[in-house]
Amino acid sequence: MTDPLEIARRESSVLRISVRTAAIMLAFTLIFTAMMAGTYKATEPLVAASALAEKLRLIAEVLPPAQHDNDLMKDAITLAPVPALGLDSDTRLWRARKGGAPVALVMEAGARDGYSGRISLILAVAADGRLLAVRVTAHKETPGLGDYIDPKKDRNKARPWITQFNGLGFDAVPREKWRVKKDGGKFDQVAGATISARAVTNASGRALAWAVENSDRLFALPADGRFETQGGKP
Amino acid sequence: MSAYKDIAWNGLWKQNSILAQLLGLCPLLAISTTFVNAVSLGLATILVMMLANFAISALRALIPYEIRIPVFILIIAALVTVVDLAFNAFLHDLYLVLGIFIPLIVTNCIVLARVEAFAAKNGLRAATFDGLMMGVGFVWVIGLLGAVRELVGQGTIFSGIEMIFPTLTGIQVLSEDYPGFLIAILPPGAFFVLGLLIAGRNWIEARANQRRLEKRLHDHPSSANAASA
Repeated sequence: MTDPLEIARRESSVLRISVRTAAIMLAFTLIFTAMMAGTYKATEPLVAASALAEKLRLIAEVLPPAQHDNDLMKDAITLAPVPALGLDSDTRLWRARKGGAPVALVMEAGARDGYSGRISLILAVAADGRLLAVRVTAHKETPGLGDYIDPKKDRNKARPWITQFNGLGFDAVPREKWRVKKDGGKFDQVAGATISARAVTNASGRALAWAVENSDRLFALPADGRFETQGGKP
Repeated sequence: MSAYKDIAWNGLWKQNSILAQLLGLCPLLAISTTFVNAVSLGLATILVMMLANFAISALRALIPYEIRIPVFILIIAALVTVVDLAFNAFLHDLYLVLGIFIPLIVTNCIVLARVEAFAAKNGLRAATFDGLMMGVGFVWVIGLLGAVRELVGQGTIFSGIEMIFPTLTGIQVLSEDYPGFLIAILPPGAFFVLGLLIAGRNWIEARANQRRLEKRLHDHPSSANAASA
């Protein structure tokens, strides 16, 4: 039992097994990490292409490609977090021009006051101050109830709810009327699901006001420039 | 061949991952809001289960018993990552819908359960077949669950199929002004429908047992009578 040779032998075999097991674990980790890295490298261009296509598709929904002749991906600037747009991280803003003249700004916006979580929007604001169109890009509103803010889920296929903003500016609908009817404004909502509609309406109104106010500066920035909101002003 | 029959029977019915083992409920309940979503996740699960069972059966001699669980998880996670990237690259529209659920396959304990209970002890072909059959058992139940929830919840079937086959469209089964039944689409509806499916399976099993018992009771006295007569 206490034979020192026996103890030494046992200890060395424990050590050997531990090292061997660890080496096997390491080998498996390396092999499978290499496999994942290889797949990542192989699919990277395709994944990037689909992400770009997805972005272009969303932009095309709010701004028909025929209305501009520049490459939006090249004429984009970075926005520092803009509280008026409901954004708390850097986002891109795309500038559409035709023959060099400003046509529209395409930007993302968000609403935190939906029924459930954040509602993400993309909208296009024409250089003349009209909201061309707004679309919901992500939301968690109740399926079948508040999700009509997404035209794919809207039962009214002929004239989805969210298209009622198309082409309107503050000259047609005054700023204080840019609300749902229930709040004394101009825009319809579906009875029983006002919260989702109110969130989108108010967010689009805030975003439009911000875009109109900053339009000249946004168009004037060099491509790939960075737009900072001035010192804490909301 | 009868071994393969057993594997198939176990996967499809007797040890069905959902109805009998109640494994993998997290992705099951989250994604079964429509038939198309449910079957798509199910097909991805079949793929991962076959790959995982194949890989682990092939490597089983190299995996020390003491660290088998971490190695299994490593292999499953790597395979799911590969499937996730492949989906993103080649089936992007579907990826937008299922994107967050594919990584969830890692947490689907049915994958680890089959690897540990079957693939680590069986040959390549049997293990791959077991992955397939367990996966098919998962698909038909999640597909049924999705179909029922979709039909009751929004009155359609196959909605969203255009994400996979752009030429097809979903079918409005109930009338166009069907108001929808919200709870079927929300998570509680998944529990209700799943509960009914499990109850249905238990009922069928109980009836089969009852019949077997009656047959034995019937056969036994008749043979006793024949002997005495």
